[in-house]
Amino acid sequence: MAYHLPSPRRVSRMLLFALLTLPALAQGPASLVHKPAPPFVRTDLHHHSVDLSAYRGHVVLLNFWATWCAPCQVEIPRFVQWQTTYGTQGLQILGVSMEDDSAPALALTSRRHVNYPVVMGDAQLGRLYGGVLGLPVTFLIDRQGNIAAVYKGQANLNAMERDIRRLLSAGGQ
Amino acid sequence: MKRLVPFAIFSAILAITAPRAFAQPSHVSASTIPTDRLMQPADLPPLLAPSNAEKAPVVLQVGSRIFYTEAHIHGSIYAGAGSQPSGLAMLEKAVAAFPKDKFIVLYCGCCPWNRCPNIAPAFDRLRTLGYTNVKVLYIPNNFGDDWVSKGHPTDK
Repeated sequence: MAYHLPSPRRVSRMLLFALLTLPALAQGPASLVHKPAPPFVRTDLHHHSVDLSAYRGHVVLLNFWATWCAPCQVEIPRFVQWQTTYGTQGLQILGVSMEDDSAPALALTSRRHVNYPVVMGDAQLGRLYGGVLGLPVTFLIDRQGNIAAVYKGQANLNAMERDIRRLLSAGGQ
Repeated sequence: MKRLVPFAIFSAILAITAPRAFAQPSHVSASTIPTDRLMQPADLPPLLAPSNAEKAPVVLQVGSRIFYTEAHIHGSIYAGAGSQPSGLAMLEKAVAAFPKDKFIVLYCGCCPWNRCPNIAPAFDRLRTLGYTNVKVLYIPNNFGDDWVSKGHPTDK
């Protein structure tokens, strides 16, 4: 089997990608605060396309979770409640399930009456968000599409709700 | 009545075996792992140095495959999620060729230590199988904060 060395242009692109992504991965998700939320398009558990950029003008709560993550299970009922309470004011919650198989996520979201889109995550999306290497991790994104806060581990949900209300009261774009 | 006998026997067998076949392992807290089996993250990198190759442990990740793909301890092997029966079967295969006194280090880091669903079942399985030299990497928060961000050797 022939092996071709990558062209100098390709090597320089690879190096550029590594330079741009590896520092963020080393510093973790918190390194993205005050920066634009990395764009992504994924299909949700019900086969609808979810494009983060389509929610510009909304306050977005982007939650990385999994069915096997116990602290994640504590958060989900509150997220469902917030989507109901604050949805008309411009809050959009998006879930990213970080498990290999969609079946457990589909079963759990159905059982818990999850009222916001949930997409399947992967290593690429995890890297894009600074290295999601532990759950839960939640990003609060303002109406301009910038990351306002990152919550890692078992978050203080009352503090998170206060942050959401503050961003919602900041008004439209 | 005679025609009902095979059905009754089948029902009885199903009643006994089905719960076992379909049951998910209940959550076993990482705090059940004896403290003398724990290893601090800073103690592992020297053991992975090329100069220590002969005595180096085999390092197994027993959590999420997505997290493993994203980043893992240099040279470690993905061995299945310890919280899943399929993951424990994968772990058994991963260690099958090793002698029972093989130095094995398990790690996960998917969740805060006491909430990790994977590490204790994986440790228990290896102990049940008779592996005597198993250590568990103590990751208090998560793999990103306690390993990658500390600059420990990582493959991405």
